[in-house]
Amino acid sequence: MCGNGVRELHVGEITAVVRTMCMEANYDLPPDVYDALKAGKEAEESPVGKAVFEQLIENADIAKRERVPICQDTGFAIFFVNVGQDVHFVGGSFEEAVNEGVRQGYGDGFLRKSVAEQPAHARRNTKDNTPAIVHTSIVPGDKVEIWMMAKGGGAENMSSLNMLKPAQGWQGMVDAVVGTVSRAGSNPCPPIVLGVGIGGTIEMCTKLAKKALLREVGSVHPDERIAGMEAELLEKVNALGIGPQGLGGTQTCLAVFIEEMPCHIASMPMAVNVQCHAQRHVHTVL
Amino acid sequence: MAARKITTALTDEVVRSLRAGDEVEISGSIYQARDSAHKRLVALIDAGEPLPFELQGAVVYYMGPSPAKPGNVIGSAGPTTSGRMDAYAPLLIEKGLKGMIGKGLRAEPVKQAMVEHKAVYFAATGGAGALLAKRIVANETIAWPELGAEAVARLEVVDFPAIVVMDCHGGDLYAEGRARYAKSV
Repeated sequence: MCGNGVRELHVGEITAVVRTMCMEANYDLPPDVYDALKAGKEAEESPVGKAVFEQLIENADIAKRERVPICQDTGFAIFFVNVGQDVHFVGGSFEEAVNEGVRQGYGDGFLRKSVAEQPAHARRNTKDNTPAIVHTSIVPGDKVEIWMMAKGGGAENMSSLNMLKPAQGWQGMVDAVVGTVSRAGSNPCPPIVLGVGIGGTIEMCTKLAKKALLREVGSVHPDERIAGMEAELLEKVNALGIGPQGLGGTQTCLAVFIEEMPCHIASMPMAVNVQCHAQRHVHTVL
Repeated sequence: MAARKITTALTDEVVRSLRAGDEVEISGSIYQARDSAHKRLVALIDAGEPLPFELQGAVVYYMGPSPAKPGNVIGSAGPTTSGRMDAYAPLLIEKGLKGMIGKGLRAEPVKQAMVEHKAVYFAATGGAGALLAKRIVANETIAWPELGAEAVARLEVVDFPAIVVMDCHGGDLYAEGRARYAKSV
């Protein structure tokens, strides 16, 4: 701590913690998701669907025990970071420190490098899974709080941005969410988790949808109105019958999480971020 | 229902006998190939050049593994989304490909080619890469190592678990399963 209430934090600490987070996210399915798979297995009516849940639970056990990735798609490394405004980073660039942590974590952890540069043409693998995607917010305090997600491509590809008209109202949003899941079918590795971002602008609603995925499966939104919206969407999505791996069943979706903010009077943006059952997220505070 | 054991390469007779919904355990050689490898395979066919493996009766696995830890045959090795290979699959099926292992929906031209030339589409459990890797006992890169996880590899599998989702008679478990459990709310 410096004299004027500013906390110095060496970026090497960021690198070290990010390295570990990348590996843990990919080896250890979070307890909330593991419990949701167990509950899903009990609730699933389809015998084939139940068998899929059994495989997923056994898979998570193997990955944890043997320190191997839950899924070979070890994802794009995505970070949400709340930086306390009394923190002063020293020793180099914060963002480069995050990338170095990703480089080390994906290299030392035998994780797949799944990032390609020049997307339209060369599509050359960057060979170290960088760059990471880093969303930072400046918040009061002198802590740095980091959430990391390993986001697979198959589910991300099934996501949607919907610039709706205000006249379409809530029903328009319901139709867009259900439509997104219906079109996705078996592709995003159901049972899925849905992050829904409502309001803001084109970039904010997609960011909110991603941020919504940081919530723990099984948690209930503190706002009763939003909790009701989430429950309605979950019921309607599960009524599609897509089921585990799309083979038919009652458990298509483990959870729907909504993040909401105000929007322009002319707009009603809504984004759906689809996440596979390997809902890999880790959290730490420095 | 006990899984039916089948061995590669697949014959037309075996392909005809498989129906959407059948659980199988596959043993023998299968070929790892995904996006970039498919692009190159089709380019070779278009140029009239030989392929890195015998296509007749072959089963391809749409998969790009994570790196193998020391002492392991392969890293995690679950299926990737098959739809990205739809642009290439009909030609490969026409040239003798008999089986595809992946996950997710297929386009109409692929389904038509499967019916016309007798081929079968299996789904393995997406996101069960640590479990599926246990059924892969040998792994040899046979083409384009510079593609890394997208290289073509010959994999020896033993009792590799999969389910027939699309058969050569037009059967489609994705459509049938979903219709069975759909509810109106």
